[in-house]
Amino acid sequence: MTLSVPDLSCRELVELVTDYLESTLSSEDRTRFEMHLTYCDSCRTYLRQMRQVIDGAGKLTEESIDPPARDALLAAFRGWKRGSGGEGP
Amino acid sequence: MGVPGLDRSPFGRLLEADRPAPEVPFGPQWRHDAPTRVTLQLRRGPEEVSGMESPRVSQPAVIASDDRELQALRVGDEAAFLALVNRHHPAMLRVASMYVPSRSIAEEVVQEAWIGVLKGLHLFEGRSSLKAWIFRIVVNCAKTRGAREVRSTPFSALQTSPGEEEPSVPADRFLGEDDRWPGHWSEPPAPWPDARVESAEMVALVREALETLPEAQRSVMSLRDVDGWEAAEVCELLGISEGNQRVLLHRARSKVRAFLEERMGKGRA
Repeated sequence: MTLSVPDLSCRELVELVTDYLESTLSSEDRTRFEMHLTYCDSCRTYLRQMRQVIDGAGKLTEESIDPPARDALLAAFRGWKRGSGGEGP
Repeated sequence: MGVPGLDRSPFGRLLEADRPAPEVPFGPQWRHDAPTRVTLQLRRGPEEVSGMESPRVSQPAVIASDDRELQALRVGDEAAFLALVNRHHPAMLRVASMYVPSRSIAEEVVQEAWIGVLKGLHLFEGRSSLKAWIFRIVVNCAKTRGAREVRSTPFSALQTSPGEEEPSVPADRFLGEDDRWPGHWSEPPAPWPDARVESAEMVALVREALETLPEAQRSVMSLRDVDGWEAAEVCELLGISEGNQRVLLHRARSKVRAFLEERMGKGRA
């Protein structure tokens, strides 16, 4: 996405945050983006919050497989080992 | 084939020799999938039409660790198998849930997919990553099961819908066109206190926020930010373009941030 206005507004910046973090902005837009950040404390806060969201998501531990399902898979694995599957120890 | 303890379980029958193999991505029956795959392949040779292998998206480092994993599985290393299951289970459940109507069916799909992985392991050539291969099996199992459950594919849900083009932040948070500084914050975001950001509360809030998202957005953000998948891996798995993926990710993250902002206390008074 290329912007026609020389200066980035905050409203425009918040729509470009993901492109920025994904490094898919053109170098021109990235320059405008970073320039805006140098003088706009509010947008720096917004970007920081987006990063905090991403970091928070990264800390999400998800439920592991429940024991009955895990045991069934283990049994399947053992069956597979014995059968045509594994090469054996 | 009598495997003790397994015969009584619903999964015992999955290992019966006469049961049609679960939907692993090899063999001529998968040629009908080829048209769907055209949209997601970057480089395709005739050898890839069968859908068995993806284009070379993996780097050498990934393949090396795949090799170790594969070897461990092939010699019957149970710990390695369980580690693999644990690593991928949540994402597999999430992906399966995109195609089937209920959680319990998604769980069955994932179990079937693992059986398919074991049955197909001797055919895996390592031209895609083990992960991509496993997840393709999940998608295939889920799609087949989903078709039986009479649920429309979520691909329409994965396309960005024009009606959903709300801004990431409501327009009233910015100054209007007639202002001296049009488009700049009128109600800027207040920094969140470090103590709260670093707390377990933050993680719990993100989890809660994710659950409020539309399915496609939740899937993309979860795969990228929770499971750490690369953009290209998500695009390949879901059959969406890079641009599509980015839009979904952007909307998801923006909504999660807004949810957190609401819970953390909005802005300066």
